Amino acid sequence: MILSFGGQGGVTAARLLSIAALNEGKYAQAIPQFGAERRGALVRSFLRISDRPIRRHSSVKNPEVIAVFSEKILKIVDVKANTVVINSKQPKLENGRVYYVDASSIALGLNLISAGWPIVNTAMAGAMAKVFGFSFESLKDAIEQTFSGKLAELNVQAAKKAYEEVKEWSA
Amino acid sequence: MKKVLTGNYAVAEAVKMARTEFIAAYPITPQTTIVERLAEMVEKGELNADFVRVESEHSALAAVYGASAGGLRAFTATSSHGLLYMYEMCWWVANSRLPVVMALVTRTIGPPWNIHTDHTDLLTLRDSGWILAMSENAQEAFDLTLIGFKVAEQIDLPFAVGLDGFQVSHTAEVVDIPEQSEIDEFLPERRRDKPFVIEPRNPITVGGLTTNECAMILRQEMDRDMEKVGDLVRNAGYVRDYDLVERYRLDDAEYVVVMMGAWCGDAKDAIDVLRDEGVQIGMLRLRFVRPFPAEEIAKLDCKKILVVERDCSIGKGGIIATEVKSVANSPVQSVMAGLGGVDVGVDDFVSMFRRFVKGELGEWWL
Repeated sequence: MILSFGGQGGVTAARLLSIAALNEGKYAQAIPQFGAERRGALVRSFLRISDRPIRRHSSVKNPEVIAVFSEKILKIVDVKANTVVINSKQPKLENGRVYYVDASSIALGLNLISAGWPIVNTAMAGAMAKVFGFSFESLKDAIEQTFSGKLAELNVQAAKKAYEEVKEWSA
Repeated sequence: MKKVLTGNYAVAEAVKMARTEFIAAYPITPQTTIVERLAEMVEKGELNADFVRVESEHSALAAVYGASAGGLRAFTATSSHGLLYMYEMCWWVANSRLPVVMALVTRTIGPPWNIHTDHTDLLTLRDSGWILAMSENAQEAFDLTLIGFKVAEQIDLPFAVGLDGFQVSHTAEVVDIPEQSEIDEFLPERRRDKPFVIEPRNPITVGGLTTNECAMILRQEMDRDMEKVGDLVRNAGYVRDYDLVERYRLDDAEYVVVMMGAWCGDAKDAIDVLRDEGVQIGMLRLRFVRPFPAEEIAKLDCKKILVVERDCSIGKGGIIATEVKSVANSPVQSVMAGLGGVDVGVDDFVSMFRRFVKGELGEWWL
């Protein structure tokens, strides 16, 4: 499950990772939250990845991995999962496994900004791809299929930086 | 080639690969992204079709009617209230024997306002003369759109491809896309002269006043032709084989579930759970509602059948259950679930099927 604020690119991140999963020879399903995508509002998007074709279409109830695109989300959602990937310099979170990356700084550094907000989706996708054990090439191809020109280039850079910088947190 | 596509984009891709010549539509959630994508394809020159923007769904299908009567391969798409607004034209298209293909992204009919899936809108077409297919996933939405053009043009009946709003329409999943050359071989250009063609300098009358007997014979012929659709689907010569139904773990099944649409995937996962517990249960999935797969249902030899459906004929209950009961040779139980888009997942089906086997299941699942 990806928890993001509307406008941060959570839905696109799920799409990119589903294409990356296909490139890894897997099956995938990217499910946007239905009906309530609004700028600034909490948005849940879902991603299923499997070695076998995915038949079910109902919503994801107990996600194994939760990606948190903004630390502010922790104040409104009780985040608990086997694995958490969070956009943070220093995650204040008690959970099984926590991976963190400063996706906001990566996006700001590359000027990936829209209406004053850093667009962290490709950086977070980079971190998640690493945690999933995907090759960076699989994600790079997904980004290049989705964006074009300079924008593709910058987003590939953001994803690569996060892919390299993501670390497991030990308190 | 495998691609990640939403159900709606998969339909748009199929419409493009069918070399559709005419599209008219009015936007309505959750259908909108089909025609948005098609408009983009026409704009970019990827699809050589006329795209007509209209002011309502009634006009959308009226424009498609004219194009199809003029010999063109024509397409529209809608949902729920949009379908109801074009409903009169649906009957014009069917009774004029025009081979139109329409994507119907299922959505609950309001009020109260609701954009999520149930199957009541699709079933309002039940008696009209449209071939009605219901896909389980984006792959089937793609395949059935192409098979739709082929079969509709062979039998001169319109074809509606159902796909569940959001669960299929907006969910991106892996779709295997054939080569354009394979599609061209499967689906040659439409014959312009069949069933009739309206063209300049060759005036004919369409839909005018006839004798009562003529009107009745038309409906009789449509009913007889609809019966041929099963064979046309089975022998369509598409890159993948299709039938009116899918049989899942049915061979030794003592308990059989009958249902249609996206949630069948969840139900199959639940069937696997019960199978692991030793329960002999399987599914007959309806891929088509019209023609109704009566023979396949009559052949079911089991302890009992459960029809699970997301619709209700107020005062009679499950619409599909009523039809299944009319042909089944085993006892039939009906349960209505998931109306208004209520989420029904694998755990729900596991518990529903366990109760069905024990004989403890009620008529409404909520």
